[in-house]
Amino acid sequence: MLDIRPILSTLHRHKVTAVLLVLEIALTCAIVCNAIFLVRQRLDWMDISSGIDEANVVAVRPVNVKPTPDMHGRVQETLAALRDIPGVEQATLTNQLPLGGESWNSGLKLDRDVAQPAMHVTNYYGDDLIKTLGARIVEGRDFNPGEYAWLDDITSGRPDVVKPHVAIVTQFVADRLFHGKALGKTFYYDDIPMRIVGVISNLARPYAFDRTTMYGTILLPVHMTEGLGAYYVLRAKPGQSDAVLKAAATRLGSLDPNRIVMTKTHFSEVRDTFFASDRAMARLLVGVCIALLVITALGIVGLGSFWVAQRRRQIGVRRALGATRGDVVRYFQTENFLLATMGIALGMVLAYAINIVLMVNYELPRLPVVYLPVGAVALWLLGQVAVYAPARRASHVPPVEATRGN
Amino acid sequence: MFGYYLELALRSLKRSKALTALMVLAVAMGIGACMTTLTVLYVVSGDPIPAQSSRLFYPQLEPRDEDNGFYDRGEPPLQLSWRDAMALANAKRADRQAVMTGGMGPVQPANSAQDPFFVHARYTMADFFPMFDVPVKYGHAWSAAEDQSRERIAVISATLNDKLFHGEDSTGRTVRYNGADLRIVGVLDPWRPHPHFYDLNYDSYAESEDIYIPLGTARDIRGQRAGSRDCWGKGGKVEEDSLETANCTWVQLWVEIDDPVKVAGYKAFLTHYSDEQRATGQFRLPTNVRLRNVNEWLDFNQVVPKDVHIQVWLALGFFVVCLVNTVGLMLAKFMRRSAEVGVRRALGASRGAVFAQLVTEAGIVGVAGGLGGVVLALFGLWMVRKQPDAYASLAHLDLTMLAATIAMAIVATVVAGLLPAWRACQVTPALQLKTQ
Repeated sequence: MLDIRPILSTLHRHKVTAVLLVLEIALTCAIVCNAIFLVRQRLDWMDISSGIDEANVVAVRPVNVKPTPDMHGRVQETLAALRDIPGVEQATLTNQLPLGGESWNSGLKLDRDVAQPAMHVTNYYGDDLIKTLGARIVEGRDFNPGEYAWLDDITSGRPDVVKPHVAIVTQFVADRLFHGKALGKTFYYDDIPMRIVGVISNLARPYAFDRTTMYGTILLPVHMTEGLGAYYVLRAKPGQSDAVLKAAATRLGSLDPNRIVMTKTHFSEVRDTFFASDRAMARLLVGVCIALLVITALGIVGLGSFWVAQRRRQIGVRRALGATRGDVVRYFQTENFLLATMGIALGMVLAYAINIVLMVNYELPRLPVVYLPVGAVALWLLGQVAVYAPARRASHVPPVEATRGN
Repeated sequence: MFGYYLELALRSLKRSKALTALMVLAVAMGIGACMTTLTVLYVVSGDPIPAQSSRLFYPQLEPRDEDNGFYDRGEPPLQLSWRDAMALANAKRADRQAVMTGGMGPVQPANSAQDPFFVHARYTMADFFPMFDVPVKYGHAWSAAEDQSRERIAVISATLNDKLFHGEDSTGRTVRYNGADLRIVGVLDPWRPHPHFYDLNYDSYAESEDIYIPLGTARDIRGQRAGSRDCWGKGGKVEEDSLETANCTWVQLWVEIDDPVKVAGYKAFLTHYSDEQRATGQFRLPTNVRLRNVNEWLDFNQVVPKDVHIQVWLALGFFVVCLVNTVGLMLAKFMRRSAEVGVRRALGASRGAVFAQLVTEAGIVGVAGGLGGVVLALFGLWMVRKQPDAYASLAHLDLTMLAATIAMAIVATVVAGLLPAWRACQVTPALQLKTQ
């Protein structure tokens, strides 16, 4: 290591400026560590799986401007027409889409006599929904045709309607409520005992009430009816989703001109919309980090230049006494390294302080330790790059400066 | 004297252009980031209806049974059932009252060349318009009598009027909504209270609706709802067409109480109503009523997005870094001029005069940084408006914030200049002259 003593004594003479630089580096380090951590959180969140065949699923939402007397026949006829479109693997009418925003929710009970539900879940309806979405059955089976009931019959309040008594749950629900062994178990839904006949791999909710229960999902054997935000969902053969979506929208209208298509969308767009504001926030955070680093680098360049100009005579003396140009460059580099180290040390403490505030106020997890060495290396590098130009200029100070005044 | 300081300052700033530019840039970036985020915060946390907000109240009741799945925080549901809302509204205990719910449906233009499109709707009552100070441009709002008789009428927004009728006075003409022909009785001026306080179901910063229809009429034409519906009880009839009798909360009630003294009376009325319902067995849970005014309602719902707060803190942090940077650079700059300061002091300038001159110099950096900051804030807000969030489109710099931006920049840089200026003043004239 180069002689640190003279550097320290020089810095001691420029205490205030040195302290300011250390402070700037510390603040930058603390803010950047936390901002990058926030970005990481957003990226992880944006990366969650919906549990479906995202590339090939498309959806169309119809709205009827005239009453539709025979809803059951109409849905069946429409589904037959949609399944007939070339390139369609499967189609259904469902009440909601994963990450779709609008959701149907209910509380599950394990004990009929306990008022408070054991878990809040979202419920998906629709025949052959698992096949249509491309979700995966992990255990058990899909619903049998005989197990389904129509939604409007169920909600009609008529006593003769046989309501569904089986359900399919996600692996998440199985783990939460049944320690992973859910098949054949029973829960109460609307006080009806429901037997679990299948477990699927995770299927995301339409809306995140709580990010930790994003897969709190059950499927019920319910034939959905149009209206109430229902979507016709289709899974296209690979590469044919554009054509399928277009044909599906046209077909809905041509079967009944009083049915208007409100939305037609690829699942990728649904996903984009769901995460749009997280993406925007992540971008903003990255932008601020870059701006911070640039400002700090410019600050180092500015102060570096000032110090070089101020110490021309001192540099000249050193050169005259035999210091090489490399020695001078290294002198400034070491000086910057020392300042950066102090800044980073202070910055780490600050970073944790900010993190604690964020944890308390914004329910963020603790800053992982790995951010600190990474942040440190980044700021060391930044300092070295920024100080290089002033240091090089310093090395070009001729030894003859030693003889000049000032 | 100030003129002379100014001249000296400008000359000195010109001498080291790069350093000056660096300081101005740092101040401008910090100010720009701060003002962008503060403007967003200011816009999203504002009072949506300042003249009326303390007189408008949102009654809530607890109509559910023990078994409901959404009983939480000890709070009654966020909306009312049709039955309760109508009972409260018909009692007319407040100065004004309107039951309402959101909707969405297709508008089919008369000109068949134009495709049908979807608009947000509000199904409500006559008092909605005077209660919320809704500005009517053409025609008028509807009357309570028209609510009663469920007339096929509508009030439309300026936007919809522009789209369908090119902004002409369209009162008396017809708009086809959800397959039904509605006679237009009124056209609004542009109106967008933000947050969208009277219904936070869709998006807290949603734009105002494009079509307003009497609640009864909307039920008759089977207007689609857009909002949330929470139901309780078992095996009851829960169909969209008969929500009037269902055990579901799905409508909002707003009331206007002009005399603050009467607020307690209204709350007592809610309690009394609730007790009565319990007595008849209609309500099962303990009486639990709320009567929040607009701002209390917004606070309770925590409408200001958390991201906006984080952004403000981030920008403030950024600004502090920029300021520390500026202090450092200014210190460097002033210390370099120790010699000059020494000469001036030796020639009789007082310490205070030198200090004032240096602070003036800092102030100039502040003015330049502030102006740069305004430009950057305008750019920042333009970027914000490109964001997907509903509140983004509201982000505009108004005069207050513009003035605040420049003032903040000047104050901040002058404060940043104090330490360097003070340090530079400490120069002993004799010592400086000797080393020359």
